[in-house]
Amino acid sequence: MAEADERTVGETATKPGFLGLSDVSISEDIPVEGEITVPMASHSQDEDYSTLDEPVKETIIRDLKAVGKKFVHVMYPKKSNALLRDWDLWGPLVLCVSLALMLQGGSADSKEDGGPQFAEVFVIIWFGAVVITLNSKLLGGTISFFQSLCVLGYCVLPLTVAMLVCRLVLLAGMGPINFLIRLIVVIAMFVWSTLASTAFLADSQPPNRKALAVYPIFLFYFVISWMILTFTPH
Amino acid sequence: MAAADDLKFEEFGDGANLLPAPQDATAVTMEEPSLKPPAPRGLPRGSGREEDEELLGHSDSDKTELLAGQKKSSPFWTFEYYQTFFDVDTYQVFDRIKGSVLPIPGRNFVRLYIRSNPDLYGPFWICATLVFSIAISGNLSNFLIHLGDKTFHYVPEFRKVSIAATAIYAYAWLVPLSLWGFLLWRNSRVMSIVSYSFLEIVCVYGYSLFIYIPTAVLWIIPQKAVRWVLVMVALGLSGSVLVMTFWPAVRDDSRRIAVATIVTIIFLHTLLSVGCLAYFFDAPELDYPPVITPTPTQKQTAASVKAG
Repeated sequence: MAEADERTVGETATKPGFLGLSDVSISEDIPVEGEITVPMASHSQDEDYSTLDEPVKETIIRDLKAVGKKFVHVMYPKKSNALLRDWDLWGPLVLCVSLALMLQGGSADSKEDGGPQFAEVFVIIWFGAVVITLNSKLLGGTISFFQSLCVLGYCVLPLTVAMLVCRLVLLAGMGPINFLIRLIVVIAMFVWSTLASTAFLADSQPPNRKALAVYPIFLFYFVISWMILTFTPH
Repeated sequence: MAAADDLKFEEFGDGANLLPAPQDATAVTMEEPSLKPPAPRGLPRGSGREEDEELLGHSDSDKTELLAGQKKSSPFWTFEYYQTFFDVDTYQVFDRIKGSVLPIPGRNFVRLYIRSNPDLYGPFWICATLVFSIAISGNLSNFLIHLGDKTFHYVPEFRKVSIAATAIYAYAWLVPLSLWGFLLWRNSRVMSIVSYSFLEIVCVYGYSLFIYIPTAVLWIIPQKAVRWVLVMVALGLSGSVLVMTFWPAVRDDSRRIAVATIVTIIFLHTLLSVGCLAYFFDAPELDYPPVITPTPTQKQTAASVKAG
């Protein structure tokens, strides 16, 4: 509406003579008022209003699709912005909880069970991700805090797959061949995780500090892989 | 005009190194005048190539030299203030690690490598790596020692990570704090030429712990003699770095206090390494792989002693 007003005002100003425009003093003859609205903004405003009315199932499915799309991007890492631009923390939460549950061993009673408790795994993953993000920001990285958390959390996916495989393999009993299979799987997934997260995060670091920013990521996934490898059920 | 100003700025940048840059330290770092103005590239001069390479390396980032005096002027509640403690490049971190492992007699670690650009990256991540490497190696070595033992149920003792973390981070932060306080107190009595800021002491201690990372990995070998040789070597190297750093700071004091300080530094360092070895790594009772299975009663008492 304001745009229409301005357009008519402008038209009346230019119509009498284009060359005469320089003599026209804007403050006296042409009352310029109203706000200049960007067409795009109003469009997204309409979108916000419409998503409030949709059924809950649609919202959930849309979020699940976004999470699933990010999973695919982690498993086949190529330089795309999906993980970085539209970050969310649902995926990392689901992965962290499932990993911590699988590392439990099912028995919380005996004192001799020196494996990591649920809270310990949770704290290690989240606190570790926060520390790595702070470290990369302090070194001068340009990535935002939650984007980095998102990437680090999503790249735990290969290790969660490794944990699943380990638990299935351990159902067949323990032994050296068993251990060798688990070792190979965990090493492969650890390398995959580190490479995937490095592919996403390394570009945002200043070039002469890349190694300084990548090393903590390596340490982080190494510790998680160690916890997965040394898991022994009761 | 601008070129002359640039040259002048480079000299000031070096001068800022001589001035007390951090606002908390009241010390004057005046050492022998070997900090000549940086020679233009291609003209190394002075004693020792290494120091000149350091100078040349620093003149690369003369912006940091420029701002060395103004670096820490952001108030402490802003993010930029803490960014100044991470103002290191990869090659600088590697050089500092190299300097902590290969001490050159007569060369001061702080003067040679830190040069009023102390960083917190090295101490923090070296301590973190050390914590995990000690915990993981301890676990692995216990597993290998009890490999043939049927009654030994392997548990990844996760509690040990928290204990290791507490011990190592306490050592890396509380000992420098007390040492800095002690040096400050002595400096108020005896005017000393060399004095360090708190962050520089934290830096020296953090980087001196680096040698223990490969040592911890090698401690997996279940031979007592090998372990003690490793302790001696690591202690020698990192201890000498610490001694050579702090001797100039206390030598102007009375003889007794100087020697007592150095002895305390070495003693605490020894305590840390021997304590880690004793607590995280089981003593290898069997020096050979367990081909001969001991009697069940012996095994059970050994296992119960271990668990208790």
